[in-house]
Amino acid sequence: MAEAKPKPKIKKEAIEMRKQEPKVRAKNFNEVALGYSKEEALEEASRCLQCVKPQCIEGCPVSVPIPQFIKCMREEKYAEGIKVIKTKNALPAVCGRVCPQEEQCQAKCVMGKIGQAVSIGRLERYLADWERDNGATAPEKAPSTGKKVAVVGAGPAGLTVAADLAKRGHQVTQFEALHLPGGVLVYGIPEFRLPKAIVRNEVNYIKTLGVDLRLGNLIGRIHTIPELMKEGYAAVFIGSGAGLPEFMGLPGENLGGVYSANEYLIRINLMKAYDFPDHDTPIRVGKHVVVIGGGNVAMDCARSSMRLGAEVCLVYRRSRDELPARKEEVENAEEEGLVCKFLAAPLRFNGDEKGWVKSMDCICMELGPADASGRRRPVPIKGSEFTMETDTVIIAIGQTPNPIIQRTTTGLVADPRHGTIPVDANGKTNLEGVYAGGDVATGAATVISAMGAGKRAAQAMHEYLMSKK
Amino acid sequence: MVIIQDTGERIPLTICGIDAKKGTVSFAFHEVGKTTKELGLLCEGQCIENVTGPLGNPSEIKKFGKVLCIGGSIMIAPLLLQAKAMREAGNAVTTVLGARGKEFLMMEDEAKALSEKVYIATDDGSKGHKGLDFLKDVLAKEKFDRCVVMGPVVMMKNVSEITKPYGIPTVVTLTPIMIDGMGMCGVCRVTVGGKVLFGCVDGPEFDGHQTNFDELILRQRMFLPEERLDSVLWELGGCQCGRSKA
Repeated sequence: MAEAKPKPKIKKEAIEMRKQEPKVRAKNFNEVALGYSKEEALEEASRCLQCVKPQCIEGCPVSVPIPQFIKCMREEKYAEGIKVIKTKNALPAVCGRVCPQEEQCQAKCVMGKIGQAVSIGRLERYLADWERDNGATAPEKAPSTGKKVAVVGAGPAGLTVAADLAKRGHQVTQFEALHLPGGVLVYGIPEFRLPKAIVRNEVNYIKTLGVDLRLGNLIGRIHTIPELMKEGYAAVFIGSGAGLPEFMGLPGENLGGVYSANEYLIRINLMKAYDFPDHDTPIRVGKHVVVIGGGNVAMDCARSSMRLGAEVCLVYRRSRDELPARKEEVENAEEEGLVCKFLAAPLRFNGDEKGWVKSMDCICMELGPADASGRRRPVPIKGSEFTMETDTVIIAIGQTPNPIIQRTTTGLVADPRHGTIPVDANGKTNLEGVYAGGDVATGAATVISAMGAGKRAAQAMHEYLMSKK
Repeated sequence: MVIIQDTGERIPLTICGIDAKKGTVSFAFHEVGKTTKELGLLCEGQCIENVTGPLGNPSEIKKFGKVLCIGGSIMIAPLLLQAKAMREAGNAVTTVLGARGKEFLMMEDEAKALSEKVYIATDDGSKGHKGLDFLKDVLAKEKFDRCVVMGPVVMMKNVSEITKPYGIPTVVTLTPIMIDGMGMCGVCRVTVGGKVLFGCVDGPEFDGHQTNFDELILRQRMFLPEERLDSVLWELGGCQCGRSKA
């Protein structure tokens, strides 16, 4: 009797991606994660089971055909692989780096049940980087429909909408308020997590689709949305993001050295203040930086500060288990030297005679019963006040949508409490032909959820445009 | 908001003239730091990286009655643009032009052309009144319905203190430090009437009687050492320590 061929054993553990050493990377702004080599990528790709009913696609907000692109990779058909991704995702080099895959595609991966999930994000990144190194093929475009569309904002949502509508043959004009395109990808996410050259490259791809990108054009001030409609744009997409920083309203918050996370990151990322004086925008980072908050933005601020030579303490009012930041980011930050002070909250900031912050009074917290968000609510412990020395405070407790468009668009309904623009499942607002998506509709969320919203809105806008004579 | 080149900083400038026919806007600025010095070196035909605007809320222009317009040094230029609009809206305009010394005064003829009366004041007394105290006498004799002030923060503070006892609504134009100029960074926060507002999106005009000028003065000086360093290095032709462009 012939013996059955032994099945090739599939490795249960994912291939780790190489990173810069913590001690080295904590002193530079170069990208931390170094990417897979070809061999590593092929080995990781071989772990995919090519499920008949792939769960991973369901976990992806933009439904990238994941098993299909991994199959192309295994066959070393890289150009074909990236083409598969780009049918659904116009920004793969970005998503491969900053998507929380562990909560999305990889959370659904069947391999995750017997070991570690396939590193889908790292494979996506490999293909996107391969394309950048080997030259992109010209994207296919539908014949012109003669319809003019305006996209407000060149962040993840707006770039997705612009790409999708341009591919379908519409004439897209994209208005960006800042002097560079990319939105949060250029002003928020630091160079060491997402190199700006990669964002530029992805934006260039969108320009090759024929999108007319106009920088330094703040819609709501320079033109209003009703004006755009009058000028002949048949539909408008609002992807203006959540750029308004939240403050705590504590005494001393306006002292020098107290930054909003937005200000801090805009100085460093958009304006490249870490390269002062070769770049003209300054930043002053002291020796003892305190970051207040526990999300990804707080981690970005903390890690940037360490790179600028500071000792950093993160003050978070809940405990480690409730940190909203990605686990990977917290680990990276702690490896680089971040100290966390959990269950504490600031009460006031004290300044010196020049109006610069010198210390922060805090109070200890304990976790009470769960609140509306399902997380246990922090409650101050009486008499537990203490003082921390600090010369730089970064407030990273959240962002809300910028209100300019909501205030200047006649008839547009906005949520008075959150400042968001309510939309239906297709991104449609209460005004005909006006769609919105991303953080301006949901409040601050992730790059990929904004892209998912952009995809759905683009589909709906396409149908709307084609239904109109 | 103006950025001269890709390595530059974004600075807020106040519009002081518009020519719809030519499609131009004008700015007036003092060459105080690196960016404004560089801007001053540009010649006709040269380009700047990016201009975004106009930003902020439009000025409130309507018929108030008698309007006292006070401008300090470089801000005299945008002040006169507003004074002109006030006059066109049917107001009687009285203008005060102030500066450190007479060499910093400008646009006297323009001011005279659109005002019922023009007062001149200098800090050193080299021309016109010495300081702004003379305003108290003016206000004691004459009633104004509104006061508009544009100039250095200290001057706006002084004027606001002078007009307060007379109950004249006083509008100040604040240009705190800004980066994006559209409500994203919050570096331009000012306390007005106990509330924290953003100079860029809630302003630039605020109630001078409610503004916390002392806080604003401290916030204006936050990056003074860096600004000086950038300016000095630029004048030297780059950083001399070898790490930067030579």
